[in-house]
Amino acid sequence: MSGKIITRMGDGERVLLTRSEIKKDIEEGTKDAAERAHIPPMTPEEQKQLLEIIADPSRVVSVERGQEVIVTDDGCSMSFYSGQDGGGVGAPLSRMQAVLVYERACGADTTSLGHSDYSYKPVKPIINFEMNDYYNISMVSTAPFFYGAQPNMGLYYQPDGPCENPAELFSAGKIDEARAAQEEALQYLKEDLVFVAKKLSEVGCEGINFDTSGSAGDAEFLATLEAVAELKKTIPDLPILMGSSGEFILGMHGELKYEDKQLAGMYPHDQVKVVESAGADIFGLAVSTNTSKSVPWNLARAVTFLKHAVSVAKIPIHANVGMGVCGVPMMEQPPIDSVSRVSKALVQIGKADGL
Amino acid sequence: MHVAHIMASCMGGIRTSGDLVAWMQMTHKMKIHEAKAYVAKKLGIDEEDLTNEEVMRELRKDLGIGTVTSIAGSPKGIRAKWNVANLLGVKIRSVELFKSQLTFNGV
Repeated sequence: MSGKIITRMGDGERVLLTRSEIKKDIEEGTKDAAERAHIPPMTPEEQKQLLEIIADPSRVVSVERGQEVIVTDDGCSMSFYSGQDGGGVGAPLSRMQAVLVYERACGADTTSLGHSDYSYKPVKPIINFEMNDYYNISMVSTAPFFYGAQPNMGLYYQPDGPCENPAELFSAGKIDEARAAQEEALQYLKEDLVFVAKKLSEVGCEGINFDTSGSAGDAEFLATLEAVAELKKTIPDLPILMGSSGEFILGMHGELKYEDKQLAGMYPHDQVKVVESAGADIFGLAVSTNTSKSVPWNLARAVTFLKHAVSVAKIPIHANVGMGVCGVPMMEQPPIDSVSRVSKALVQIGKADGL
Repeated sequence: MHVAHIMASCMGGIRTSGDLVAWMQMTHKMKIHEAKAYVAKKLGIDEEDLTNEEVMRELRKDLGIGTVTSIAGSPKGIRAKWNVANLLGVKIRSVELFKSQLTFNGV
């Protein structure tokens, strides 16, 4: 064990690595990101900084004084009252109590409310319940209060939704039909995103979070971009945070474009430009954690994507740092040694405007 | 996990000035350094004091923009946010709605 440093794998397993092994993982992680996205890798000095953050003997680390950033969330207050499958601790709190605890006991910069399913589609039939809860909580909360959920276009496909299932059509060789189904679904999704946001804006909504956009591919990302653009035309003062679902937009359709830019295959530095163009106020950058690689490898990769995206963005970028994202291990209870190192590295080296 | 991020990187919300800086990102698309500079100027403090509880605690109390510990009778919630909107010169949508519901129309 002597001379070895405690770190983690992407699935949270604790491992002991030498400095040279960590250095090698950082080199390989940044190289992987740079080659995939055709962007600059971390400089030798940045790689050294990351190595020192990983090798810090402290259990928990933090950013240097004065480098703190804004931490937004994706339904963190829900974790107080929800169950295991939502990362929740099951405390019997109401939604309002949870938001106020998060704001006042935890000192969160922003708070949020969301449907338990954390998707927009199921919000539509209960929009009046959500409007009432949002309004009541917004009257007693002090920090900025978002309404958030995921576009989650998969819910619009059979058997859960009205559109034919592209996965089944693809496997039957029906490529055109699979694309048509996605084009149909994206219209339903866009309508729902706009509907929910407009209704919440009627009760003074302070901010909308379209979280994890693109999880069902480029059609979902397009639907969200178009919803943002429409909302910004009709309700220009509604702050919108649009987050992505990974470092690479999946080409489930493959031919969709936003303002003549092909969405499939977009990496974060291009994602932020279309999000910016649609009118969103904050971009949430996501990089998937590879569970079979180490945290240093994953973190080097995430920092590389982030740093370049921040350098080209005109809007603030918040790195998404939930379970299995941007170097945080993919497990139900992410270890705080890794979480705090991810936090520090993304801010100090990746230059995130927030998390 | 959220608390780990808050401890590692967060500005501290209403403990300090995190909510104020967040409003500038949300309403004016400001990057972090620009947002911090704007808020520090409005508060009349150095940027390094934005996360200094010793300075921000009294300042928040004096400005009526909400404190993390509950002071009986002091502004919280929408009343504190109204003061935040005035302090920062930003439009907070919940405050606008609240004002529109008052019989004297918020004037």
